[in-house]
Amino acid sequence: MSDRGLRQRVGAALWRRPWLRGVLTLSPPLLWFLVIYLASLVVMLVTAFFTVNSLTGNVVYQWTWSNFSQILTQSVYGSIILRTLLMAIAVTITDILLALPFAFFLAKVVSRRWRQLLLGLLLMPLWASYLAKVYAWINILSNKGVLPGIESKLGIPPTHIAYTNIAMWIVFSYLWLPFMIVPIYGAFERVPDSLLEASSDLGAGSWITFRWVLLPMVLPGIVAGSIFTFSLTLGDFITPLLIGGSNSDFIGNAIYDSALNGGNLPFAAALAFVSIAIMAIYLLLARFAGAFEAL
Amino acid sequence: MNSSRFRRWASGSAVALVLSLVVVPAALGGSATAATSAPPTQGVKPLQSVGKGEGTLNLIAWEGYAQPQWVKPFTASTGCKVNVKYAGSSSEMVSLMANGGGHQYDLVSASGDADLRLIYGGNVKPVNMKLIPSSSQFRPFLKSPSFNTINGVHYGVSYEFGPNVLLYSTKTFKTAPTSWSVLYNKAYKGKITVPDNPIQIADAALYLSKEKPSLGITDPYELTQTQFTAAVNLLKAQHPLIKKYWDLASQEISLFQNGEVVAGAAWPYQTNTLQAASAKVADTIPSEGATGWADTWLLATNAPHPNCAYKWMAYASTPKVQAEEAIYFGETPANTQACSIMNTLQKGGCAAYHANAPESYFSTIKFWKTPLSTCDNGKSNCVDFTQWQQAWTQIIG
Amino acid sequence: MKLSRFTRAGLATFAACVVFFLIAPLLVILLFAFDASNVQTFPIHHWTTYWFSVAWHDPAVRSALWLSVKAGVLATAIALILGTMVAFGIHRYRFFGRDTVSLLLVLPIALPGIVTGLALQSAFNLVGIPFSIYTIVIGHATFCIVVVFNNVVARLRRTSTSLMEASADLGASPLQTFRLVTLPTISTAVIAGGLLAFALSFDEVIVTTFTAGAQNTLPLWIFGAIRLGQQLPEVNAVVVGVVLLTLIPIAFAARMSSGEGTGRSTRSSI
Repeated sequence: MSDRGLRQRVGAALWRRPWLRGVLTLSPPLLWFLVIYLASLVVMLVTAFFTVNSLTGNVVYQWTWSNFSQILTQSVYGSIILRTLLMAIAVTITDILLALPFAFFLAKVVSRRWRQLLLGLLLMPLWASYLAKVYAWINILSNKGVLPGIESKLGIPPTHIAYTNIAMWIVFSYLWLPFMIVPIYGAFERVPDSLLEASSDLGAGSWITFRWVLLPMVLPGIVAGSIFTFSLTLGDFITPLLIGGSNSDFIGNAIYDSALNGGNLPFAAALAFVSIAIMAIYLLLARFAGAFEAL
Repeated sequence: MNSSRFRRWASGSAVALVLSLVVVPAALGGSATAATSAPPTQGVKPLQSVGKGEGTLNLIAWEGYAQPQWVKPFTASTGCKVNVKYAGSSSEMVSLMANGGGHQYDLVSASGDADLRLIYGGNVKPVNMKLIPSSSQFRPFLKSPSFNTINGVHYGVSYEFGPNVLLYSTKTFKTAPTSWSVLYNKAYKGKITVPDNPIQIADAALYLSKEKPSLGITDPYELTQTQFTAAVNLLKAQHPLIKKYWDLASQEISLFQNGEVVAGAAWPYQTNTLQAASAKVADTIPSEGATGWADTWLLATNAPHPNCAYKWMAYASTPKVQAEEAIYFGETPANTQACSIMNTLQKGGCAAYHANAPESYFSTIKFWKTPLSTCDNGKSNCVDFTQWQQAWTQIIG
Repeated sequence: MKLSRFTRAGLATFAACVVFFLIAPLLVILLFAFDASNVQTFPIHHWTTYWFSVAWHDPAVRSALWLSVKAGVLATAIALILGTMVAFGIHRYRFFGRDTVSLLLVLPIALPGIVTGLALQSAFNLVGIPFSIYTIVIGHATFCIVVVFNNVVARLRRTSTSLMEASADLGASPLQTFRLVTLPTISTAVIAGGLLAFALSFDEVIVTTFTAGAQNTLPLWIFGAIRLGQQLPEVNAVVVGVVLLTLIPIAFAARMSSGEGTGRSTRSSI
């Protein structure tokens, strides 16, 4: 049988059996996720029930609830979790407020040429190192930084916000803003202009159109963006470490300290499940808003 | 999510879970017992002669321990390209070595509080001191110190040691503070920085040993529950005064340079860097004494480049490298021959960093060691390091 | 949408402020690359281009950059193949557990990066896989797959299947149809997804912290340099160089998408 004939035969066989094609296309990526990602999460979950030898830092394979009971009973973890949640919420709201008008402007107001340019500028920070950006904020906010320097030139009393939670709020909002703008912009773009014209033809003012036509249609984009800002804030430990003050430990820091600094992998794993639980609740809520289609 | 969708989701996840649960326990066959009697690698035969270099050397080191001044000549003469992973605490070094890193790294510049954890964890192995010629020039107390030599077996080569100092702004303090009490003084609220490291509890304990003799603290690393609670409470009261708990040496440098803080616990490294940038700071060892470190290059059990590792240990023990490191970081070399070279590198460098000090100087520094539940006197009422770590989270959280 | 002049002006001003907010820190990075002092304060007293030459000749920077590029290319390649496959699978077929699969796919970006990092580290430790470039690639590919998947599946949703049916009716084999019909329709989405995947991998630090061995990627080298505080302007110089380099693919992507006619399908959802 010629090579070409074989290929056609195989092709025809596949064409007649869609399930076979489905299995062939889906199994490699699914195997990756099952064997590497899900299995790792399970390993971590199991690890959370072990403990470590305090001298050597080696994991002791003895089933115990002590890691979880420690997190639940010690008030310090409650305040760390609460602080992280409040920051995630504040950052998410800030980014929504910044991204909504900007994305609207980008998708519906400016000319195509300008849109290209603005999109380019928007994505440029993604290529600059995250660490360098955080460090740039130290150079901006610290006592002898750029902002107080400019302020004193202008005769304004200089701000002292480096190494505070306010500084962290600004830096987080800055870092995750592109991740909020892009999905909202995508959602705005999907709204046909004809719909907006219809709304205005029917006598709706621009605010009414925005509120009752546009906003419901971009809501999935907003929720998708908020999943990013939320999970990114929850998982970060470097920004608090670099720019936070003396009251700025996040869940991420607690995990990092336990795992890499303290050598207590089981306890870090137990803490990681706290953030998984928070995100699981958030994802369930997001699902109601249909955000997965817009992600 | 509606219920049928949820059920589908759940059933899918259950399949994955079961799949993974089958895989996991099968791989969990490791032994559950931790060695406390003899180091697991005690019987490993060390290298007898150093062969050709493997071309690469992977180090875990303190910040400032692998500077180009002495790394470049090493690479040039041995052909070993040096990769460095910086770690900011002894615990971080232990986890780097224990977690998957044991097959990656060749040497770790651990301090006394990490050495025993690495030795008893089986992460490091015996070293043949005959292959380190310069070690004969070491100070007597660093030839076979108890933190890197057990039952006569060496697990590494001593390197440098030094005290944790009180760093202060000379604008605020016209004369050097004589007590660690400035770090607990409400007058400097929001202007103080200390390391983000559980071993910091020992600094509080050291201060309390003089401030409150009634507590009866003799060793800041061996604390009974009462002594421990007193130290932790002192640190909790200190929290509102702290501008930032520093994690990286550069943070403390930037905090002082920007005038965000006026006093802090530091390494001499920060002082040197700040003074080189002409910042108005100085450091001192207050009357209570100081905690400190004595570092060792320890050889990883699964070191992939043993020849380069031995070449590095031998090289790092020579007077010249020891002197360069001492001047750069602001610490004291193990090699007694380094003194004169230090003086050529920096006028009065030998005396400034105590390289010519008598043996009695070392007893004034309380060297870092791992807090264990069994105290040195055999009683088992001491607070162990796990509790130190948890208490530290409570303090800074 | 009809907007009053006032609203337009207001929106334009607001957008200008947002752009400034996004770009200002990059300008600060550029500025401090020319600072002679390694303990940085403002205003800068001594200007120099010294750090650019330091960065250029630094072997640690070169090997870190090279490792980052290698890891990014490998992770992106895996993500392109697996992400496109799963996008087709999810788009074409209705099957038991389809919702589970789409949820599973977004998990690596919906769950905090530190969770992914810690989970992978625990697993690697358990199985005894030593850390290397491959463990870095595995971590990066896992979240890069989603990025490619999102871009491709969004494109597939907007293209009708009738083209491919027509191709098959005219006697093309599935492979021919894929090569000649399907691939051209999705190619820009694949490229956009690939670029974004590479960008995310190239700058990733949180997952990498948990899965990297003795060799540093560029972000890990930067973290080490920030730790030491001896060569901060060198970090800035390196970052300036990298941003300038990446302007090339960005310009390339912009050109390509503008050549598409509508400009409508250029969005790359992250």
